[in-house]
Order: sequence, then structure tokens, then C-alpha cells
Amino acid sequence: MAAAPPARPTDRVRLAALLLPIPPPEPTLAMAIAADPQTRTVALIGNPNTGKSTVFGALSGVQQRVGNYPGVTVEKKTGRMTIGDRRWTLIDLPGTYSLAPRSPDEMVAVDVLLGRRADTPGPDAVLCVVDATNLERNLYLVSQVLELGRPAVVALTMTDLAEERGVAIDLDRLRDRLGGVPVVPVQAHRRKGLDALKAALAEAADRPPAVVESPFPEPFREEVAALEAWLAERRPGGPPLPRYLVERLLLDLSGYLEGVVAQVDPAELHDRVVSSRARLAEAGCPVPAVEAMARYGWAAGVLDGVVSRPDQPRMTTGDRVDRVLTHRVWGTVIFVALMAMMFQAVFTWAGPAMDLIDAGVGWLAEAVEGAMAEGALRSLVVDGVIAGVGGVIVFLPQIFILFFFLGILEDCGYLARAAYLMDRLMTRLGLSGKSFIPLLSSFACAIPGVMATRVIEDRRDRMTTILVAPLMSCSARLPVYTLLIAAFIPPAAIGGVLSVQAATMVGLYSVGVVAAAGVAWALKRTVFRGPTPPFVMELPAYKWPSPRVVIFRMLDRGWSFVRRAGTIIVAVSVVMWALLYYPRLPEREADRYEQEVFALEAARERADDPDRVAELQARIAAIEARALGEQQRNSLLGRAGRMIEPAVRPLGWDWRIGAAALASFPAREVVVATLGVVFDIGTDVEGEEGASRLQSALREARWPDGRPLFSVPVALSIMVFFALCAQCVSTLAVIRRETNSWAWPAFSFAYMTALAYLGALLAYQLGSLLAA
Amino acid sequence: MTTTARLSDLTVGQSARVVAVDATGDAGVRAMEMGLIPGTEVTLVAVAPLGDPLVFELRGYRLSLRKAEAAGVEVSVS
Repeated sequence: MAAAPPARPTDRVRLAALLLPIPPPEPTLAMAIAADPQTRTVALIGNPNTGKSTVFGALSGVQQRVGNYPGVTVEKKTGRMTIGDRRWTLIDLPGTYSLAPRSPDEMVAVDVLLGRRADTPGPDAVLCVVDATNLERNLYLVSQVLELGRPAVVALTMTDLAEERGVAIDLDRLRDRLGGVPVVPVQAHRRKGLDALKAALAEAADRPPAVVESPFPEPFREEVAALEAWLAERRPGGPPLPRYLVERLLLDLSGYLEGVVAQVDPAELHDRVVSSRARLAEAGCPVPAVEAMARYGWAAGVLDGVVSRPDQPRMTTGDRVDRVLTHRVWGTVIFVALMAMMFQAVFTWAGPAMDLIDAGVGWLAEAVEGAMAEGALRSLVVDGVIAGVGGVIVFLPQIFILFFFLGILEDCGYLARAAYLMDRLMTRLGLSGKSFIPLLSSFACAIPGVMATRVIEDRRDRMTTILVAPLMSCSARLPVYTLLIAAFIPPAAIGGVLSVQAATMVGLYSVGVVAAAGVAWALKRTVFRGPTPPFVMELPAYKWPSPRVVIFRMLDRGWSFVRRAGTIIVAVSVVMWALLYYPRLPEREADRYEQEVFALEAARERADDPDRVAELQARIAAIEARALGEQQRNSLLGRAGRMIEPAVRPLGWDWRIGAAALASFPAREVVVATLGVVFDIGTDVEGEEGASRLQSALREARWPDGRPLFSVPVALSIMVFFALCAQCVSTLAVIRRETNSWAWPAFSFAYMTALAYLGALLAYQLGSLLAA
Repeated sequence: MTTTARLSDLTVGQSARVVAVDATGDAGVRAMEMGLIPGTEVTLVAVAPLGDPLVFELRGYRLSLRKAEAAGVEVSVS
């Protein structure tokens, strides 16, 4: 079958290419797959925590592609494998306990399985990944899949854990009870059972699907048949609605399906469905309970005599560990220690790696600077492109470290415990425990924080978390805080104990937290208003994390950031470069600076007293810094700064501070260097010496009437502005990637800028009142 | 003798059998999908440090529910 090309380009995640220098395969391969009628497709489905991703990874190897289904936030993960001489495409569907769509996101899996999506070929076989320790609950989903009428294969995982618990499974009998659906035990992380699984898939795809009797009681089946006939009458000529969706029309109390699948008069359909449900309730089959009763009843019948358990449930090591980890006291202590360690690691381990990247980028910039002739092109390459690329990869250490830890916690089963422990606290904000780790991570960097929200299933909770995560004070805000606190907050101590400087720092972090709490509260009552999503969450059994899964996930997240956010970040960097570079100073002025420098250089050449050389060198640097400052003040951005001065005056800022804040919108960490340029110190403000020169320059800065520009309230207003403002194009690019829409980054930017302005206004005005 | 109670009323270590589940909300439907249906044997195994949510054991696995969600499940305690 010829599938339509994907509506959006998908990323080609070639992790092998990151690790090993292998030549990239020809780029037309993906198209060849879609067009090749010999290619088979298999969709993977299963409960969360069954090891489905491990099976997917073991089958498809490193050749995976990750993208999005258009219009929804569901990740589209596909891979390739060969069985015999035939090519197969694997589609990894999101983990789920039930195929009961109540939203567009949940509809994706059902549509893919039924072959109802134009962008994805209908699967020739469905691979159900089933946890052997948890057969009853896993068979619930299997019973739904079997009704879809596609050939199915069951991959049985966690058989080692089942054995440890003393659970024995009669595989042949299970296969018979499932109507001949092959059941293949696999240990994907040890690569055991994969060949048998492939053989079973190849065989199943060639045969008609197993015939499985509907698990529903007679009255329900009659109502489904009647509704099917009724729909066929009203949709003449159209393809009949799959039986599974007709069942779901009756079972879905949310009414979501009535609106999207039926294509008949919704009011008429609704009346029909409601009266049908009333008849079912009378017949002793109340909707929706009838489904759970029927499917669990069916599962019990399938497993009767198939599974034998020890009379006394055996305590596994995992159970004993869990007793400690969910303990009221010890569980909390361990949780706090783990979180502190993870946070500390992202915060401090990433530092040296980021410095190394900075140094590498600096070295490259210098090399290019030396190799090219002076001019606009060199400046574009060095200050626009190289700086932009550096601005992208500098985030990789934080993303890698955070997702390394999160990968371990998720794969071993602890992530669910963390959500459980923190749930009560987060419900006060209208969120759930699942939002805790993304928000905590955002204190290091909002980019991995926003990416970590994928564990939150509820769309409204996830969106709220994404939108408030950038309010957490990330590590890039620290340089601004440190600089201004050291320069303007007195090093006194209240009562001899509490340092005023430290209290200011804590206060700035609190401003972000309080703002996030307020915004989350407001969002959950307006834009994302709705019933509290259920918390109902499985606490999976503990297992050793698979290094393969952990490393893969870590690289995948880093790579998808580079691919998706990278282009936007580099583009913005180039635009900012142009805004700062043009227009050039009038030639006469530029010449004047150049001649001054030239004369001093000539004098330096002649001088032989080292003190004299140093003095001349300092004067040259000062003139060059002044020329750079002059150029930036004259640039488009500098002019914009002057234009917005009336707007920033109430914050206690002059146009120079305004221009520095404007220049920091793409990446707030550049503000220290920008202040250096604007106040004629040059860009060299790193290190203690540079920082103290900048601090004294700020202290000496004056308004035109001679008043000092900076004061405690002004410093506070700048810091509060930076605490609340969305000055990070990378975060906005990641929000765009995660929400699959430009509207949400635009919203984040708008509300955070407004909040930052109000916060700064309040800080300055209140501060001035108190100081007076 | 058996008495009926809410699932949220159990004490840690106590077991009960589900009698009825309030399926009017999303949480009830999800709980049933997870296997919490009439006739199921459930044990409360842990309570979170802040008193909510709760952890139950059923069908050989662990399920976490908020108190409010567990209150929608009627159980019989023997």
C-alpha cells in the first residue's frame, strides 16, 4: 500500500552517527520504504512499564525516527528491521492501559491500529507487549486489540521477574485460549527471543487474524449490532465504521467519539446512544462498567489453568525495597537526597562541560577571525553563526545529565514513586505529582525541564507545567544576580546571622516560585480549566535499568533538541547580530577611533619601559571598548533602546539598561557582557578582575543630570525583571517543539514579559518608597 | 461478619473486596480499566508522607489512588 508522505518532516535520529563515524545511509531510504509494496508494517502497543521501548529498540536497532503526528502532541516513533529478505517498518505507539480514546491524543493509537490515518500505513500485524507478572491487567488491552481485526502477536516480557515471584505460565495453553495468537517470551535487554518474535510476526502477517469472540454479554452485542445497522443506513456508500468504534460510541461517556467518528447528525446520534445505554442499564449491563467486567471476566477465563501462583505471595527484593522507598519517613529522606543529588549534578557537573564548550567555541571563533578579512562577513560568521551554534550546543551537557538521571529513575520504576510522594504538595497548585520533577529540573535549566513534561499524560496539566517551568530561576540567571548583588546590595548581616546578600538571592528564587504558583493557579482556572484529571497510577515493580534504554533516551533527547530547536536559535542569533551590527558608525567617527588606536600602537612599539607599554595597552583597550560601545549605541538595537526609554523609566532604568535588556532577549546570559559593552568596558568582563571593573563602571554610571544611575531599587528592579522574563529563545523553541504549535511559545513570551515588567515596576517603586 | 466501607477508609495492611465503583467520573473509569472492579481483592499497602495519595495492591501489582478517588469505591471488609 502506498502511504502518503508524512505531513511534516520527521527527524532522522541516527544515534550511531553520534557515536561512531559511519557514513550516513542514502537519504531516499524513507521514501523507498513508503513506496515499496513489499514492506510490511507492525505496530507495537502495550501497557506502560512493560519494556515496550526496550523491545522496540532491540528490534529496530539504532535506526529510529522521531517526529510528531500533526495536530496533536503525540510523538511518532518509527523504526526499521528486516525479517528474511523483507523490510518491515515498526511503529511504536504510546504506552496505554486501554484503547478508550477520550481526546485527539488518545485517538492516534486507535486510528493507527485501524489504518485510519493518511500519514501512517495500516499495520499488517500488531505486536502486543505484555508483562508476565501482570497478565490480567495486560490482557485487558490485548482483548481490545484482538477486536480490531488485525493479526496479532504477543511478546511476553518480565518472565524472569515472574519466575522470581513463583508464577508459572503455560504458554501453549495461553496461545490456544487466545485463539492461536502466538505468545513469544522475550528478554529484549539480553536480546533473547527476538528471532522467535520476528518469525512469529512474519507468519502472523501472512495469515488472517485470529477469530476471537466478543467478550461482551449478549445484550451489549445486540445494541452494537443495532447501532451498526443504524449508522450504515445513515452513511450510505461510505465505508462502514469499524465495529470496535461502534462499541466505543456506546462506551465513551465523554462524548468525544460521537463528535469525531460518526459523520451523522450529532444530536440524533446522541439520543440514540443515550437510549441504548438506558436499555443496557436495565438489562444489567451498565455503561461503562460493562466493559471492565466483560474484559476482566474474559481475562480470568483465558488465564484459568494457564497461570499458577504460589499459595503465599513471595516477597521479592523489589517489594522489600519498595517498603523502604514508599515509607513515610525513609521514603521522604531518600527522595530528598536523590533529588538533591540529581539537581546538584545538573547544576554543577554541567558547568565544566559548558565551560569546555564555551572555550571550544571561543577558540573556533578566534581561528575564524584570524583566517578571514575584517568586515561584515567575518562578523556575521563569528558573532552570528558561530555564537549561535555555540548557544545551541552549550545546553547539551545539562540535557544529557538530566535525562541520564531521569532515564535511570524512569527505567527502574522510581519516577512513579516520586510523583506519588509529591502529589499532595502539587495538588495545591492544581497540578499533580508528575509535574514535580520537570519543575525541579527547571531550576537548573528550563529546556530539559520542559522536555521532561512528557511523563504527564493529562494535556492541561502538561501545558500548565510547560508554561510555568521557565519562571524557575535557571542557572543562566545566576550571573546577573551575582553581579548586581555584589555591586549594590550591602554585605551586611541582619542580626549578625542572615546575610542581606544571601537573603536577596533567596528572595529572587522565591519570586520565580511564587509567580509560577500564581500563574499555574490562574491557568488552571481559566485556559486549562476542567475536571481534576485522575491520578490513578501504577507503581511498577522495580528492575535494574537497562543501560541501552537509558543512553538511547539521553542521546535522543539531546539530538532532538539540536535538530528542532537548533535552527531557530541560530536564526535568532543571526538576526540579533544584524540588529547590533547595523547601521555602522559614520566613517569619520570610526576613522577617528582607528587613528587614535593607530597612534597609540605606534607609541607602544617605540616604548621600551614595560610600565609604559602596559599603560598604552590599557589606553588602547579603553578606546576600543569605547568604539564598540559607540557602535552598539548607534546600532538598530541601541536606537530601539533609546526609543523605549520612556517605557523603562518607571522601572528606574535609563536607555542603556533598556538596550542591554533588549539585547538579552535571545539568551539572558549575554546580559553581563552586554552591560560591559554598553558601559564602555568591552566584552571582557569574565573573571574577578573583569567583574570588579564592570561593577565599578556601573557604580559610576550617571544620569545626564549627574545623579547616580544605579541604586538598590534599580538593581532590584533589574534582577526581578530577569527573574521573571522569558529571555531565552532556546526555551521558547523547545516549547514550540513540545506543544507542536507557535501559539504557546508566543503566549509564554507575552505573559512572562508582562509579568517581568510589572514585577520590576513594583520592585523599583516600592524600593524607592522604602528608601526615601 | 462483613461490613461495607469506602476504599479510602482502610488502614495500612487491611484487605477488602470491591463491591461497587462510582464510574460517573474519569477516575472511576480509569480505576476499572486498571482492574478495580466488583469482586477484586484489594489491600492498602502505604500512605504518602503528606497523607495522600494511597497505594493499593491488587491483581499482583501496585496502584496509587488519591483519597478522593478511593472514596468512590465501595468495599466489603471481613
